[in-house]
Amino acid sequence: MTDLSLTEDQESLRDAFGKLFDRESPISQVRAAEPSGYDEHLWTAIAAAGIPLMAVGESCGGGGATLEDLAVVVREAGRTLAPAPVVESAVAARLLSQFGPGRALLAEIASGEVIPVVAVRPPAAGIARLVPSGAVADAVIALDDEQLVLLRRRGRRPHVPVPGNLGCVPVADVVLAGGWERAVLASGPAALGAYDRARAEWQLLTAAALDGLRAQALRIGVEYVKQRHAFGVPLGWFQTVAHRLADHATAGDGSELLVHKAAWALDGNRPDAFALASMAFLHAADVAFRTCRDALQFHGGYGFTVEYDIQLYFRRAKAWPLALGAPRQEYRRLAHLLFAPDGRE
Amino acid sequence: MDFTRHDDLAEHRDAAGRWAARHLRRQWLEHELSTGTHHNPELHRILARQGLLAAGWPPEYGGSDVDVAYADAIFDAIEDFGLRLDGWVTTWMIMQTVLHVGTAEQKATIIPAGLRGEVIIALGYTEPGSGSDMAAASTRAVRDGDGWLIDGAKMFTSTAHESSHVFLLTRTNPAAPKHRGLTVFLVPLDRPGVEIRPVATIGGQRTNATFYSGVRVGDDARVGDIDGGWAVMRVAMVYERRAKSSHDRLSLVRQVAAWTRDSGLFEDVAVQEKLARMAIADEVTRLLETRADWLNRQHSLSAVEGTMSRLFGTVSLQRQHEEILDLIGPEAVLSADGQAGDGPVAPMGGAAESAFRNSVVETIYGGASEILREIIAEHRLGLPRSRPVS
Repeated sequence: MTDLSLTEDQESLRDAFGKLFDRESPISQVRAAEPSGYDEHLWTAIAAAGIPLMAVGESCGGGGATLEDLAVVVREAGRTLAPAPVVESAVAARLLSQFGPGRALLAEIASGEVIPVVAVRPPAAGIARLVPSGAVADAVIALDDEQLVLLRRRGRRPHVPVPGNLGCVPVADVVLAGGWERAVLASGPAALGAYDRARAEWQLLTAAALDGLRAQALRIGVEYVKQRHAFGVPLGWFQTVAHRLADHATAGDGSELLVHKAAWALDGNRPDAFALASMAFLHAADVAFRTCRDALQFHGGYGFTVEYDIQLYFRRAKAWPLALGAPRQEYRRLAHLLFAPDGRE
Repeated sequence: MDFTRHDDLAEHRDAAGRWAARHLRRQWLEHELSTGTHHNPELHRILARQGLLAAGWPPEYGGSDVDVAYADAIFDAIEDFGLRLDGWVTTWMIMQTVLHVGTAEQKATIIPAGLRGEVIIALGYTEPGSGSDMAAASTRAVRDGDGWLIDGAKMFTSTAHESSHVFLLTRTNPAAPKHRGLTVFLVPLDRPGVEIRPVATIGGQRTNATFYSGVRVGDDARVGDIDGGWAVMRVAMVYERRAKSSHDRLSLVRQVAAWTRDSGLFEDVAVQEKLARMAIADEVTRLLETRADWLNRQHSLSAVEGTMSRLFGTVSLQRQHEEILDLIGPEAVLSADGQAGDGPVAPMGGAAESAFRNSVVETIYGGASEILREIIAEHRLGLPRSRPVS
């Protein structure tokens, strides 16, 4: 039976972790963490709060939460632009927990010693390009031909310099032969299946983060057009401003609902789960960027300055989803999932 | 959250399908297409006789003991067959309104007659000079002894030519602020002085302009207080929104996707991207509708959520139909009419052309998109109201 309310647990998660991110990831910290986009102190707090293993099975020492619960927490991270690999580490931990050599790493992930990430785009010619959070990853899971491999390195984070980038995110190329300790997690169909699933989970959680970012950018935009006056009236009095924000609020409600539906479908292993995760990702990215763009526009010249916060959201709204590839490729992939009989391109 | 579809009609679908096969006539479809009238008197009589219209209504007003879910499943089956029940939809809305604000006598006469299929009610809100600004209505009603004399004109009184009554918004006090000088009447359409003229639409539907010259009604035709018409309209608007959100639209996208595969167009990556975008918009539409329905079922007032659902759904549907025509190319302009011999064949039986024509009105009737955005900006975002306050 349809029920579109958060569970009591989810409400407590939202409130508790919302407070945590407000405290540990205030906008001053977000700015201070630029340009690398990584804050070691914040990561320690995230690990101490149990987020990386929150949605790993209890039998593996995890918190046993659902993806939907995790999405509620990740949305708070996105709302506060938390400069830490919340999405990547959670997806990687769930993937690792399915395999022996991966499970061996879970305790170090829980303690915050190891940050694991998934190379969400398959490597080409032995290099996984611009892996999300790749610069701070102590372990990378990649699909190498038909093998799912675990690469491990030691040392201080970040391991490599972060290339300057729009979203100030700690991306890095990962050279598979680059001096890693290597273990094979799975081969053949099992590897492909686990990888596809992890990719869908990364899409879902990135959508959740983008949705949190979007909701906050909308709040900032609405607040600004209420305060700022022009021609003797608040900016929000003008219909071209109000109507665009009304459209974004509407599409934004759809984004939040779609994130929850995709999480519900993945949690229940429903047949349309991957299509829904893809939809949630594409829609959340689309609405987040459009919302940020207009919220920035309505700031006038101030929106173009570094001083105002809206630019922080605007840049990330465009940068975060591009980590998966050009959107046109994902739209095509979705078209095949939905409309092609075999679902493959 | 739980997104399991709420389908309390499931157990009645087979029975409704059998009912449809037994009662629905193909020639009614042709009649609806050729006349543009979204109401069929013969079908309406059958629905009344079998107690289907009366399902769920209070027994003291003529309610039947027919299972509401069974009746709803039959209404769905009629829509799936392609017939529209606009006459019943507007009658239902006004009977619900009368149930809330009518006198004891009105409830005891109008509702049973409506459930027997004898009273059919058209909506008389919009005027040649006022649409979205509904409270600007200028059709006059003036006291005439113990009754009223009505003079004016209404636009888009759809199905008036098949109706017994019109639910008429009039001005009784031109001196008062515009929302405080309105009164609503249920005017019998067979009165001297009523004239109904057809108005053709680009979607093929026939609507009407109706004219009222010295139409006399008794005071018992008045619904609600004198000059209290706006309060009545607020109730009627709630039921208008509910009636609309209950309609489950069938999306064209799947049909178009199948057509692109058959025609080889699916190989075009630009086509794939378009189809995926349409599917996402459809999914978001469904979710926003589901939320509004879910809130309705919990009897919370989902005013702004219903508005958001309607705005997103209608705007994206209209955009979708525009894009489908672009996607198909030259043949997209062909309609179902005049298909003959070896001539050009309309893709999908002309469904795209027809959908394109029909969705034009979606962003206009029942609240133009601009009005819906005003409501969302004010009630959801707390932005200052830019409409002049009268």
